[in-house]
Amino acid sequence: MKYLKQLRNAILGSAALLIGATGPLAAEESLTAVSFGGAYGAAQKKHMIDPYMAKSGKKVLFEDYKGGIAEIKAQVTAGNILWDVVDIEVIDLERACSEGLLEVIPRDILPAGDDGVAAMKDFIPSALANECGVGVIVWTIIYAYNDKTIGANRPGTIGDFFDTKKFPGKRAMRKRPQVNLEWALLADGVAPGDVYKVLGTKEGQARAFAKLDTIKKDIVWFDSWSQAPQLLNDGGAVMVQSANGRIFDAIKKDKKPFTMVWHSHIYDLDVWAVVKGTKKKKQAFEFIAFATSTKPLAGMPDVAYGPTRQSSNKLVDPAVVPNLPTSHLDKGIKADGIFWADFGESLGEKFNEWLLK
Amino acid sequence: MAQDPIALTREEAASARRELWRRKFMAFAFVSPLLLFLVFAFIAPISTMLYRSFYHPTVAALIPQTLAAMESWEGKSVPGDDVFTTFAGELKQLAKKRLSGRLAEELNRVRPGLSSAVKSSARKMRRADDALLKKEGPELLRKANQVWAENSTWRAVRQAGQIFTASNYLTALDLEFGEDGSIQGREASKIYVALYTKTLRIALTITVLTLLLGYPLAYYLANAPSRQANALMLLVLLPFWTSLLVRTTAWIALLQTNGVVNSTLIWTGLINAPLELLYTQFSTVIAMTHILLPFMILPLYSVMKGIDPSYLRAALSMGSKPVPAFVRIYLPMSLPGLSAGALLVFIISVGYYITPALVGGTDGQMISNIIAFHMQQSNNWELAAALGSLLLVIIVALYWTYDRLVGAGNIKLG
Amino acid sequence: MSEFPHYFSIWDKAGHYALRWCAWGVLFFLMLPILVIIPLSFNVEPYFTFTDGMLRLDPEAYSLRWYGEIFSDDKWILAIQNSFFIGIFAALVATLIGTVAAVGLSRAEMPFKRLITAFLLSPMIVPLIIIAAGMFFFYTRFNLVGSYLGLIIAHATLGTPFVIITVTAALTGFDHSLYNAAISAGAAPVKAFWDIVVPLIRPGVISGGLFAFVTSFDEVVLVLFLAGPSQRTIPKQMFSGLREQINPTILAVATMLIAVSVAFLMTLEFLRRRGERIRSGQID
Repeated sequence: MKYLKQLRNAILGSAALLIGATGPLAAEESLTAVSFGGAYGAAQKKHMIDPYMAKSGKKVLFEDYKGGIAEIKAQVTAGNILWDVVDIEVIDLERACSEGLLEVIPRDILPAGDDGVAAMKDFIPSALANECGVGVIVWTIIYAYNDKTIGANRPGTIGDFFDTKKFPGKRAMRKRPQVNLEWALLADGVAPGDVYKVLGTKEGQARAFAKLDTIKKDIVWFDSWSQAPQLLNDGGAVMVQSANGRIFDAIKKDKKPFTMVWHSHIYDLDVWAVVKGTKKKKQAFEFIAFATSTKPLAGMPDVAYGPTRQSSNKLVDPAVVPNLPTSHLDKGIKADGIFWADFGESLGEKFNEWLLK
Repeated sequence: MAQDPIALTREEAASARRELWRRKFMAFAFVSPLLLFLVFAFIAPISTMLYRSFYHPTVAALIPQTLAAMESWEGKSVPGDDVFTTFAGELKQLAKKRLSGRLAEELNRVRPGLSSAVKSSARKMRRADDALLKKEGPELLRKANQVWAENSTWRAVRQAGQIFTASNYLTALDLEFGEDGSIQGREASKIYVALYTKTLRIALTITVLTLLLGYPLAYYLANAPSRQANALMLLVLLPFWTSLLVRTTAWIALLQTNGVVNSTLIWTGLINAPLELLYTQFSTVIAMTHILLPFMILPLYSVMKGIDPSYLRAALSMGSKPVPAFVRIYLPMSLPGLSAGALLVFIISVGYYITPALVGGTDGQMISNIIAFHMQQSNNWELAAALGSLLLVIIVALYWTYDRLVGAGNIKLG
Repeated sequence: MSEFPHYFSIWDKAGHYALRWCAWGVLFFLMLPILVIIPLSFNVEPYFTFTDGMLRLDPEAYSLRWYGEIFSDDKWILAIQNSFFIGIFAALVATLIGTVAAVGLSRAEMPFKRLITAFLLSPMIVPLIIIAAGMFFFYTRFNLVGSYLGLIIAHATLGTPFVIITVTAALTGFDHSLYNAAISAGAAPVKAFWDIVVPLIRPGVISGGLFAFVTSFDEVVLVLFLAGPSQRTIPKQMFSGLREQINPTILAVATMLIAVSVAFLMTLEFLRRRGERIRSGQID
């Protein structure tokens, strides 16, 4: 009966393995939250994820995500919900919500501010403007350059970003139509108030792509915001488009010789949203209620993002205030989520075809 | 008639046949668990993909009534008011259920630019009440966006509404249905045929490069003393069995702007400013050549080891020059290894995904990358399925050739 | 110059040396990435390149910090656990059904042998992106996307061809009548299989299983399409790291994977020699 003994050993062995591997299996039970990683992700981990896990005793898997709605859409369409909570840009939120990819978040789950002001009054209005999200930060997209590699001339306007004669070298941009097309029009002389009106027309779209064409061969595309400071650092590009917090963090923490250009910055909000059809909806709401309460939000200015509650604003270190997007609103425009809800699809396709040309 | 003494009786023949059948059945029974497993885990998925490339019920499920109302429409002019009314009503329902985005997406694929019109119209229909929609639906729709007054929009609606469609294959070949239903070149951008061509070109370049690099090495190893050859073979096998991602990572470290290659070149004074090596077609070709080189060396080596060197020696001693002797005698004998290696390298590189995705930049992208793009980024799964099916046809044809020439069971693992 | 025959001209000799240089050059090309990545993983700076200090062999320029970082990061630890868990079970499944199938396939009576062999080996050939897309569509129906079971099945599929190849090779020359005779003599089929076939093919089975394990351990395309956040594996973690935040932790992981490959290769070599001895009858 030798073979039976060996068979038994094999079975016992695999059983032992199974038990030893309950570590990975246990992970399936926890809430999955995704956000943008890098310095911002680290701030969220410190002020939202870790305190929530400590307080509730529940585990949260905190994953990186590159932005956009594609992955959420794939999960909802196929019916495989892998993410529960998503930190999403409002520029994508309107579209995701109107396409039924997100749950509606009831407002009564949100606690009052630490100073006792009711949530509906405490949040800035745009933070609760869309029923699928609860605002986390006010942030903005700027461009930055490396003092060491830029040369004698210093760029100061969006026009300079598109001027490869005066400022030769690579420009790094995030690979998507959003913001890039707006910048192209602004650099082409469209008035800030008219950008979205012009971009809604065929001629305006052609104009934006034509402007991008002028620097196409000098563009380095990246997929995720965390690459922006790296490209500036390792010489991959002389100017990079970036979320302001990433550059702020590189200057403050790593003492990098970077300079931000606020001209024509495009500001937006990030919100926490819940993926439609998740089995952990209740826990997701519970997490969002905690993560958007006064204290956690007050930690976001660590990376120069403005909190979305007035009660959190009161806790912000005054030294950081000049670096917050809210101190530069006169120089920029607000990203139009509704415009991108309508045009995200068709301009996205046009953009990809333009890339491959 | 007398029975042939050696011939089997009918019973004996039958029992021999039974025995043969029993053995055939036994052999088959051994294989059947794996066959069943592969049918579930491998064949069913691929069939699903093939099916999805032409089965497309999404739009038909979203606006069934409109499509039914359009059945009698001839397509020569804009459909009648009944179609408009039905469509306006369905659009409102979709907007309420947050499904208008799905419809917008689907129509946009047939006619680029339609999605914003569908979405904004749906939002306007949602605000109108039912009674008003019944009465003034057509006017409301026309006022919401001018596209609804265009004939081509409705043709797009009808085309998107087909449950079984060849349109994904047409798109994958840069074609489309014209106004009269005939097939014509696609008006919007043409990218896929060029991409297939580029993929085949890159694969061919890689095959030639692996051949140029692999042949001399295999020849050298096959003619080296066996102890030395075995030791050196480990230098081929170690990279072969090193993780693909490890090797790709290494190429990133080597080729990036401030990477090892650039700094060495600057240090030696050959160049002043770093070259742009990474995220190009060049880096894709180099990294893939490195990764696939062992697939060329292993079959070449095993064939070359079987070639008796005395043939070549005989030719040489009879006065033939080494080069012609090599070309006329050795090369033909090594041809089986050569064709096996070349075909295998070509097959693998045609469908490669990871390395181009990581080091390819925009101009190093191959067909697999665009399939992944449509699966993960643009969510156009039907087009991805059609592109994948075409790729599969190429691969199956190549694999069939390989099996005829080499035999699938002769793949070398080391 | 006595190593060359008399009829060699000077050009032929030059050709001979050129061939030698060429061969060593290609070997260098093959090994270069591995040789570069190992020292870089000990870089104290967060860069992918040799610093001046490293070139001067300054001990200060080297450190183990990236190795420490792997083991202090929950994500890497989960990835390592997952890679082993999925790899081991995928290899077990692949080895079990692959071995049995290889035994059937190597019988002379096997019907449609060539066609079926080609089919059974096709998971090696079909591009992963096609398999991944198909599995994503099909496995969704069974809730297998984002589950361990789904990945184990997917990876076992990729592993079976390797088991078929190695076990078939181990069975070349095996006389199936031995097995048939044992059954005719009244042995239970499973026992006959275990006593007669298994000892002979054991090295082949083990190396097939190793191949299947390594295939799963290194696989990333199917993981990208089928895994959920809790099923991240080492290759997936490397893939996303390479696409986003490049830091030398990846090089440290890569170096450890190279060590795994060396161990793997040595085991295979050992098994190959053992298999040869078994077939030549030196071991019963």
